Amino acid sequence: MSTTDFQRTLSPYDSAASGVRRWYFRLHIDPLLVILLTVVVIYGLVVLRSAVDGNEALFANQVQRLGLAYLALVVAAQIPPHLYLRLAPLFYLSGLIFLLLVLFAGVTVKGSQRWLDIPGVFRFQPSELMKLAVPMAVAWYLQRRSLPPSLKHTGICLVIIAVPSLLIGRQPDLGTSILVFGAGFAVLLLAGLSWRWVIGAVLAICAAAPLLWQFVLEGYQRQRILTLFNPESDPLGAGWNIIQSTTAIGSGGLLGKGLFEGSQGYLDFLPEARTDFIVAVIGEELGFAGVAFLLTMYLLIIARGLWLAAQAGSTFGRLLAGAFVLTFFIYLFVNVAMVSGILPVVGVPLPLVSYGGTSAITLMAGFGVIMSVRTHKAW
Amino acid sequence: MAVELEIKDQNREVELFVGRATTLFVLVVLLLGVLMLRFLDLQFWEHDTYKSRSDKNRIQVQTLAPARGMIFDRDGKLLADNQNAASLALVADRLADVDGTLTLLVKLLELSSDQEAVLHKRLQSNRRPDAPLIVVESLTEAQVARLAVNRHQLSGVEVINRLVRFYPYGEVAAHAVGSVRRMTVDDMLAVDPVQYSATTFIGKRGVEAFYEGRLHGEVGYQKVESDAHGRVRRTLDVQSPSPGKDLRLHLDIELQKASAAALGDRRGAIVAIDPRSGGVLALVSQPAYDPNVFVSGMTASDFSDLSTSAYVPLFNRAVNGQYAPGSTFKPIVGLAGIGAGVTTWDQAIEDRGAFQLSGQERVYRDWSWTKDDSGGQGMVDLRRAIYRSSNVYFYDLASRMAIEDLVGFAAEFGLGRNLVADIPSASVGLLPDPVWKQGFKDLPWYPGDSVNMGIGQGDLLVTPMQMALVASVIANRGGLKPPRMVADAGEGKDEGTNQVTAQTARQIGAEVLGSDDWEKMVRSMEDVVHRGNQGFRGNGTAWAYIGRDIDYRMAGKSGTAQVVEIRQGEEYEEEELSEFDRKHAWFIAFAPVDKPTIALAVLVENGGGGSSVAAPVARAVVDAHMRLQRDREASSQSLEVARR
Repeated sequence: MSTTDFQRTLSPYDSAASGVRRWYFRLHIDPLLVILLTVVVIYGLVVLRSAVDGNEALFANQVQRLGLAYLALVVAAQIPPHLYLRLAPLFYLSGLIFLLLVLFAGVTVKGSQRWLDIPGVFRFQPSELMKLAVPMAVAWYLQRRSLPPSLKHTGICLVIIAVPSLLIGRQPDLGTSILVFGAGFAVLLLAGLSWRWVIGAVLAICAAAPLLWQFVLEGYQRQRILTLFNPESDPLGAGWNIIQSTTAIGSGGLLGKGLFEGSQGYLDFLPEARTDFIVAVIGEELGFAGVAFLLTMYLLIIARGLWLAAQAGSTFGRLLAGAFVLTFFIYLFVNVAMVSGILPVVGVPLPLVSYGGTSAITLMAGFGVIMSVRTHKAW
Repeated sequence: MAVELEIKDQNREVELFVGRATTLFVLVVLLLGVLMLRFLDLQFWEHDTYKSRSDKNRIQVQTLAPARGMIFDRDGKLLADNQNAASLALVADRLADVDGTLTLLVKLLELSSDQEAVLHKRLQSNRRPDAPLIVVESLTEAQVARLAVNRHQLSGVEVINRLVRFYPYGEVAAHAVGSVRRMTVDDMLAVDPVQYSATTFIGKRGVEAFYEGRLHGEVGYQKVESDAHGRVRRTLDVQSPSPGKDLRLHLDIELQKASAAALGDRRGAIVAIDPRSGGVLALVSQPAYDPNVFVSGMTASDFSDLSTSAYVPLFNRAVNGQYAPGSTFKPIVGLAGIGAGVTTWDQAIEDRGAFQLSGQERVYRDWSWTKDDSGGQGMVDLRRAIYRSSNVYFYDLASRMAIEDLVGFAAEFGLGRNLVADIPSASVGLLPDPVWKQGFKDLPWYPGDSVNMGIGQGDLLVTPMQMALVASVIANRGGLKPPRMVADAGEGKDEGTNQVTAQTARQIGAEVLGSDDWEKMVRSMEDVVHRGNQGFRGNGTAWAYIGRDIDYRMAGKSGTAQVVEIRQGEEYEEEELSEFDRKHAWFIAFAPVDKPTIALAVLVENGGGGSSVAAPVARAVVDAHMRLQRDREASSQSLEVARR
């Protein structure tokens, strides 16, 4: 399918402004974005089918969770933006409380404390909630200030962003911490934060890098960065993941080894093949063509998302929708860059493709919010 | 939150947002471009590097051990088989946590502390960390099942199905067939490392050792795809190993069984040869061992029991046990005397039970001697000296013969040498002569040495195998056929036969002995068994024990070899001697006398009298042989009838 096929379907939006409301407007759904998302989801399921290596239960599990994610999208889209605005501070504060609870009473899985177990009800990751709550809170704060934000407002926003990011980093969950920070910071960037400040901050961080290295990063994190530059230094330990994933991708070539034919994944050389490293399976089995297709689909989703954000009827809606789109990009960039060996290994899944439900539900809810701010009347 | 009204310009904010979104979108496109370039780098420019790395990851070349050749007896009964065994192997390279895995294995398989020690030891002396190392030879089905259930915890642990040696007859044929042993580092240095790269067992004893080159076969290869845990998922390419060649022995396993049974639980050896071919029909050494324990693995304490037992079960008495031959040596002395012209068949002397060299005090006694000097055999010629086993006759004969003539003639029978074609490790015994004595003991050859040698005592040592060959030569009327284990000599590549036997079949003493000399010796030995009812000192020495009810003709000679010297004037009190100081009982025999098909030597260690102890054993073996031959003829006849 090409984008020109959708040019025609864009026209009802214009007529929506003129009062003719189509079915999807009444449903608060953007069909083009849903189709693009569904293409990625189906593509992901096909690849996952290969990556689970015949484990039907895992596959069924993922299908079920994706169903739930679509439900989250539809529900989030129905909620009018002003309700998000009203709930944003509450959402953020309760998220902070949950994060503190996790630190003191969380369930430890694989050496890091991320989960909150509510006995008899469910178990969830409050950090996942913060991916939505932080940009909402920043957008809520900025929506009534004049933009671009002043130094003072920028500072307050940075505090709003930094507190949960640091708490999540303490769990430790560097991947989610980066995503939460990125989501909040995206709002600031979209709100017109001075590029000079941004560049200044980046230079300052570079200057402070030795200090960060020494005092902030934990031993294993330092190791991951070192491994990135020289995976062969520890081929069976820290370097294993990156050696095996680049080997998988590289051996796939332009057209890949074919679905279900990837030896690296099938023979268990590739770790986390169905979760964080699934793009290596795509690279191995479907080759450069498969990766390029996926990245193109992602680009189309981002383009469509930003377009919808720009159409929003309020500053809050624009900032929130735009931030969600950029968070989605950070997700995929960090994941693909990590698996292909240009960023250190951090635990970030490939959006909508990796096995595992929570991130898919959060992401789909985010797209629901984007549709909500576009399809609800200006307020 | 403080209400701080600020002027908001909606249009300006939309413009600002669109500007920012556009800039950021460009950034997104650029960053995605970086990712694309990275993938192009990996998948296009560096594709070949990663492709080969991926293949190296998954494809391994494994060597395949050839199936060892099987060993059959003369009738095609299986003596050494290959059986399937599930073995536990570790790939050291793939063991994530060595100690943890070992602890888990010990718990899962309920290994004994001995087995655990073996496991650790093998892992330490591992030669290839990337290849499976077998640590437990054979697992039970329950153990295999438990491993399968816990597979996910056991990276680097494999269950390998392979063929291992199995000896269906166990102890009975142990010393005849030999056995294989787990290869050691030293073994590895001695063989072609390529051919043996997948082999874990090597022939260490007997036929298994000598014919190693034929039995082993040639190594094969397979290319396999294995996963990150070292487990083989798929076989890509196989070059099958070529199995070793089978061997057919002269051995008659039924006769072997009967021989072992005839010896019972006594220590000793039996070697039976077909004089026509030299083929070894039975080779028994007792006590024996179960060769299967070397395959299935044994504990350290089991091994030390085997190797330190006072009864040395691992010792092959039949070819390596060296004993004085005693009176079984007398036929050789007699024929040497005839050949050297020192005596004739008609010449007789008077045997009064004792012999003295002229001018010496020492008294050499007959076995029949008693303190009151009432012993002796009366007038004896060579024939009577054989069937009565007169010591005095042979003392006299040996003392009158040049020692070189006696030793030279004895050497032609293979004494002092190993004439067995395919047992290079067989002992040579000791055939003493003046040169040896001067060199070894720094003493001259005394006439008394010749006298002692006349009755097979002194320094003379022989093996049961050598005495079986002596019996075979006499059975053939002087024709020597070197003994051999394997019937189909074949054209294997390292078919090295014993160098000594290059001088194969030949006639002994052809220049000095006529065929009637041999015939007379045969008849004399026939008398040992069959001459009976002749009154006091008129019967063959073995007649009373084996000759009364025999329905075929058998020739034999008994021997009773002293282990400790008996001082002058003392009577031999068997009961007072410790177990290992008692006399060895010998009997050599062949049958049927006219057309011999079996020649044998029986030795019972510390058993006592040759005629009373060893002769009945020999009779039982020959009985079994005659019965088996009748059965064989009957079945081939009925087959013939059926064919018509």
